Amino acid sequence: MSTPNGAPDPSSDRLFTGEEMELSFGPQHPATHGVLRLNLKIEGERIVGCYPIIGYLHRGTEKLFELHPFFQNVPHTDRMDYIAAATNNLAYVGAVEKLVGLTVPPRARYIRTILAELQRISSHLVWLATHAIDIGAMTPFFYCFRERERVLDLFEQYCGARLTLNCMRPGGLPFDLPAGWADTCRRFCEDYPAKIDEYEGLLTENRIWKRRTVGVGVLSPEAALDLGVTGPMLRASGIGFDLRKVRPYEAYGEVEFAVPTAQNGDTYDRYIVRMAEMRESTKIVLQCLDLLPATEGGPIMAKRPRVLKGPKGEVYHGIEGPKGEIGFYIVGDGTPNPYRCHVRPPSFMNLQSLPDLANGHLVADLVALIGSTDIVLGEVDR
Amino acid sequence: MSDGPSAVGEGGTPAPPAEKPAWERDPVVPEWRDADDDPLAAALREALPEAIRSVKTFAGDLTFDVERERLADVARELKTAHGFSLIVDVCGADYPNREPRFDVVVHLASLPPDRAYRVVRLKTQTDEATPVPTLTGVYRGANWPEREVFDMYGVRFEGHPDMTRILLWEGFNGHPLRKEFPVEGIDTGAAIYSEHYGETMGPVAGTGTGWKPPKPAPPVSDETEEGGAK
Repeated sequence: MSTPNGAPDPSSDRLFTGEEMELSFGPQHPATHGVLRLNLKIEGERIVGCYPIIGYLHRGTEKLFELHPFFQNVPHTDRMDYIAAATNNLAYVGAVEKLVGLTVPPRARYIRTILAELQRISSHLVWLATHAIDIGAMTPFFYCFRERERVLDLFEQYCGARLTLNCMRPGGLPFDLPAGWADTCRRFCEDYPAKIDEYEGLLTENRIWKRRTVGVGVLSPEAALDLGVTGPMLRASGIGFDLRKVRPYEAYGEVEFAVPTAQNGDTYDRYIVRMAEMRESTKIVLQCLDLLPATEGGPIMAKRPRVLKGPKGEVYHGIEGPKGEIGFYIVGDGTPNPYRCHVRPPSFMNLQSLPDLANGHLVADLVALIGSTDIVLGEVDR
Repeated sequence: MSDGPSAVGEGGTPAPPAEKPAWERDPVVPEWRDADDDPLAAALREALPEAIRSVKTFAGDLTFDVERERLADVARELKTAHGFSLIVDVCGADYPNREPRFDVVVHLASLPPDRAYRVVRLKTQTDEATPVPTLTGVYRGANWPEREVFDMYGVRFEGHPDMTRILLWEGFNGHPLRKEFPVEGIDTGAAIYSEHYGETMGPVAGTGTGWKPPKPAPPVSDETEEGGAK
């Protein structure tokens, strides 16, 4: 029996014959992307058991949601998946709008879509940079952060913040675009596909990269669905499920884009899917920028009461975040605060598949697998 | 409007102004409605009589109120016969004035291309003493969310392979998302940084600062104009 990535069979000349060892991986290991601890059971170099221990970054976000009015909860959502704040904001305000029955004006819909897709690009850039550096490819890190800086600059010009954006409100947006923003954004989106070519030139056909990723951590479509995995991980397993397509929210019904999928469900395919997604995101942003001028000067906020009171009812609203389906389940009780606000965190659900992915692989592959699940511990632990 | 010409009222009054777009009108607050006529509800009631207590919709979300013992059966039926192959989430909610006080809420989704995309919600009630049948036998993905519900509310799941705390540590005293749990935390008995502080000095984990959350007063809107800024 040889391991799927073609590494020598660890059972043939293993160090510890027939004996299992326990290895505690993390929580302070740099490749865990935060504070994730894994209790590994290993036989030589081979993983035979993996038990994730999480909660080191638990801040009680769901309890805090219950304390604050609907408007003041938007900043809490920034701090869950802190490298994709705009999509968290979008999921939360979408759920509140569904609960209180607000309709968002078109200009706000376009700008929100632009912000969400830029956020997807920047989140995927952080993923690619850290994933590549975990496996040992150093150069992509610098390239990715070079482009990510341009995206963060766009966010900064729009709302003043670079990471914790707080850039959406239930009913619309806090600000219109500043002068010249659309042109800067268009220039970025026109340059960006060439930059993706650069990353792909470094990695896609790179022998070392393929050796480390092809066949590593295969997730079958059945197992992916069974485990509740969503987002690029599910699509890399061959299931083309994308909430932007199946239930178009915001402006996704008005733009054209493809849903990239792959068939093998291994680490390499997850890489391919995310790279293709970044290309689709630039297309979506460019189409929204074309739609914007027709709404110039239009409202960016729906008519809404000064104090939003949630009716006695409950809604679930999920959107396609960079990591998978991020959704909010909000219960209203007639007061300005949500009675209960639960997050459906994509990282949490996707991390659940890690023991399945890791079984039978080498300890060194675990680093590639954590990278390819694209988790943010701030969201796993909330 | 189909009756176009007659929109001009009698006596030559001018036609009413064109209807305002939805975002300039008052919000349309959704309401609970019975959804017994939904085909999915009828099919489920036929397959599992007595398991469904009520079927309602709110803002387009279909909610099944399920008998506690039958929760896993209903989920299995939805998965095998109706294509709800993805488990979206399992979470809890606390209603301390109600008997039994806890809700367990499950969201399931059916996926294209086999089925249309749809999310349904299963709800069931329980209390601290009564466990809920686990969904891990139907969806393995229910494992961690159910552990989180146990961690946050103390609701147990019968048949769960690993009913332990997930976000807090084993031995934590309390379940923080219960309504009576104080937001500033509890005294877990551990003085932190004991090498820097004397026994009665310094912060003690969980005692908080004495700060209490203000009563939910009407917040000052971040917009200057009522009804939205231009």
